[in-house]
Amino acid sequence: MTKMFGEPIKRVEDRRLLLGGGAYLDDLGHDALAAALVRSPHAHARIVDIDVSGALDVDGLVAIYTYEDLAGPMAEPLPLLIPHPTLTHGRTQYALARDEVNHVGEAVAMVVARDRYVAEDAAERIAVTYDPLPAVVGIDAARAAQHLVHPDVPGNLGANMTQEYGDAHTAIANAPHRLTLELNIERSASTPLETRGVLARWDTDSGRLRVWSSTQTSTGVRAAVAARLELDLTNVEVITPDVGGGFGVKIVHPWPEELLVPMAARALSQPVKFTEDRREHFIASAHERAQQHHVEVGFDDAGRILGLSVRFWHDHGAYTPYGVIVPIVTSTQLLGPYKPGAYRVEFDSLYTNTVIVTPYRGAGRPQGVFVMERTLDAIARSLGLDRTAVREVNFIQPDEMPYDFGLTFQDGRPLIYDSGDFPASLEKLKKLVGWDSFEAYRETARAEGRRVGIGLATYVEGTGVGPYEGGHVLIETSGKVKVATGLTSQGQGHQTVFAQIVADELGVPISDVEVVTGDTRRFPYAVGTFASRAAVMSGSAIALAARNVREKALRVAAEALEADPGDLEIVDGVVRVRGNPGAEIALGTVAVLSNPLRYAFDEASKAATQFAVGDPGKPPVAEDDEPGLEGRDYYSPPHATFANGMHAVIVETDPDTAEITILKYAVVHDCGRLINPRIVEGQIHGGVAQGVGGALYERMAYDEHGQLQNASFMDFLMPYVTEVPRGIDIDHLETPSPLNPLGIKGAGEAGVIPSAAVFAAAIEDAEGIPITSMPISPSELFELRSTSPGFGRPASNTGLGGQNREEST
Amino acid sequence: MTRLIVNGVPHTVDVPPRRLLSDCLRHDLGLTGTHVGCEHGVCGACTVLLDGRPVRSCLLLAVSVEGQEITTVEGLADGDELSPVQQGFEDCHGLQCGFCTPGFLTTITAGLRENPDPSEDEAREMIAGNLCRCTGYQNIVAAVLRAAELSS
Repeated sequence: MTKMFGEPIKRVEDRRLLLGGGAYLDDLGHDALAAALVRSPHAHARIVDIDVSGALDVDGLVAIYTYEDLAGPMAEPLPLLIPHPTLTHGRTQYALARDEVNHVGEAVAMVVARDRYVAEDAAERIAVTYDPLPAVVGIDAARAAQHLVHPDVPGNLGANMTQEYGDAHTAIANAPHRLTLELNIERSASTPLETRGVLARWDTDSGRLRVWSSTQTSTGVRAAVAARLELDLTNVEVITPDVGGGFGVKIVHPWPEELLVPMAARALSQPVKFTEDRREHFIASAHERAQQHHVEVGFDDAGRILGLSVRFWHDHGAYTPYGVIVPIVTSTQLLGPYKPGAYRVEFDSLYTNTVIVTPYRGAGRPQGVFVMERTLDAIARSLGLDRTAVREVNFIQPDEMPYDFGLTFQDGRPLIYDSGDFPASLEKLKKLVGWDSFEAYRETARAEGRRVGIGLATYVEGTGVGPYEGGHVLIETSGKVKVATGLTSQGQGHQTVFAQIVADELGVPISDVEVVTGDTRRFPYAVGTFASRAAVMSGSAIALAARNVREKALRVAAEALEADPGDLEIVDGVVRVRGNPGAEIALGTVAVLSNPLRYAFDEASKAATQFAVGDPGKPPVAEDDEPGLEGRDYYSPPHATFANGMHAVIVETDPDTAEITILKYAVVHDCGRLINPRIVEGQIHGGVAQGVGGALYERMAYDEHGQLQNASFMDFLMPYVTEVPRGIDIDHLETPSPLNPLGIKGAGEAGVIPSAAVFAAAIEDAEGIPITSMPISPSELFELRSTSPGFGRPASNTGLGGQNREEST
Repeated sequence: MTRLIVNGVPHTVDVPPRRLLSDCLRHDLGLTGTHVGCEHGVCGACTVLLDGRPVRSCLLLAVSVEGQEITTVEGLADGDELSPVQQGFEDCHGLQCGFCTPGFLTTITAGLRENPDPSEDEAREMIAGNLCRCTGYQNIVAAVLRAAELSS
């Protein structure tokens, strides 16, 4: 049998999806009533009055809900999902606004009607009177705090947090060289092609609720719905159907609609469905990325960082349902593969009257990497050193693993790198992109009147955070293997990679393995899909569960074959005695024997009936055993496992139009052992494309009143094929994680993490202008050219860095 | 009453004049393979073929295509056998979440009829009006070329 782990096999998901047989949220519930939301047109306002009378005669209207219709826990603010001691002023919204709205798009009323057209007709006729308040938009306004988002949150300050090791300020003060940098990143968003959506059915007879949601956590939604609707958890089922992309935004829960729709379904005893439209997704889901950073660094003649101090300001939007995870990730993952002599980081997490901020693929890392890599480029420039040389002297070395920074990561656990070989990765990257031959290429290009630049950026990504995931593996009497895990899928190919793991562990053909994810009926204990954790967490749990099943299968088979379990092997779904051809039993038959029967239901099951099998002197099921050939297990890591990688890009900038063209993109990626290289590379491709979007095109264009002016795909510029690199060169380094049974590390987010940094570096290298703020458009680059005194200065591999002020002692 | 011919099958539907073709296909006829990603003709997920030509079904009213031949993703395969374009996607890992995929499949099906042997540049041009957030397009370009190879 071919080993499946590590093989780039085709995905088992694809056929159904290609035939149009996908079942996404809005493909379900054709009999359901439709919900539409009335949303705030103001960024900040008091609600004076809601007049629904104009909507009442709309033909097909079923119900209208406002805050006044919410009772019990439904009337309380939504949960603060991840409390943190530093989040002293956490605030969450109500499912429907009570007396104040804090961003354009906040839900104010919900209409339920015959179909969405009618629901929107009625929603339009609901008259809400607002008393507008001054809007706080952007980090500068939040910091100035001339106006407050929440009157009881002074300074608009939700959280302030500091972490440090060593004495960074003294180390910087005593360093031979010092630099100060100001570095900014703007807002972007996950923007999956499928928006959010939820469908609920209330079964009046049994008092049970079934909910389908386009979510990254079915168990999270289930717990929240049960708590808010005051239902026993057992009476709530949440099923995640096919999900058309998540990228982080769908980990947030419960969205107001995830509570309101089940509430209405129960009240009306009819199925109700909400499908978010595209404009709603822009103004009523979540964004990320916006941060301002002030960096002070002290270093020696070789570019070794002796002290690093980073002060930054994070815009978390109107509410903090997801706590301060994003800035915590920035403040810890900023360090990348480097080991500054001393480090201090402090952030303020600030309220603004804009859409909430929660993790978007990368989750604070793109900002951290931007800060660290811009700083290293600046150091290289100021010392006249090659940018890779400055990285090399700062790397954590392979023999220093595990490397403990003495800081606390986003999972509340110590920041300890478990594996990685950063010097080896850099060597691979230099070869892959042609780092050492670039200066010759630059000269050739220059002779042709072309302007080119090269940049690189590295990252380390904590993946596979806890608390846990579980797996259940069941072998049916047909020999078919049914696998379930609780976390959800949004296109990562989980059904394929988990089946690969099980096929190897059990010795069965992969075509016999079927995997179900995100269905609380099949596996009720789970956390969710985020932080590049699915393969690490559920992959490990499923492997452990499969090993349990294998052990039992061998035990039962050994008895039937009168052999020692140690002499058995499983090949192609058949248990065989090694070296004894013919002494074998199919796993399906082992499954029959594992479940002692009184009643036969077919030929095969006769073998398990009471007169056919078992020692009459013993109980049919031993005291420490249970019937059936199945196993369940959990994987709970001591802390995250740290994947890493490095990207390099060569860009060309048009001397006249400032258009930025990607000439070459190279990735070296270390996610430990690869389960399916084809899928891993697909994840990298997609991440790189999102990174290109974030670096060169995508931004949330809020005006000073808090109106999002580009809330459509016409104006929010996601890359088409015409904007992504023609080919992405990928090389893998596999340093297995010692933390889990499969040696794997997460791969889902990696592709997007270094993009802002790597493009800034390459554009700066091409132009000779400091690039300190991303994204950057051609018009912004054009503008920078006219305002930068150093424009036209010949660039070199030392890079220019983004320094604003340089001192030497 | 409006008569629609979808994947060769005639249907008669009673829909209000404002009903979008995308909604009519999905919710009145139950052909949910056609997806809606942006509702304003930018993403291409809702692309269907109208008399063989790709159109955005979210920008058309159902009543306006009376009597015309509509092909959706459900009409591309020959029974259980994937069409060359579908096979190209499976062979090249051209899809991840699969939500935008039906729009790519219909667009490329029409594109390859017009240009059965595209260069890589032409393959990129063929899909340049459709958005995908998962794949970074690398493997979709490869899938177009693979589909052309399978068709020849």
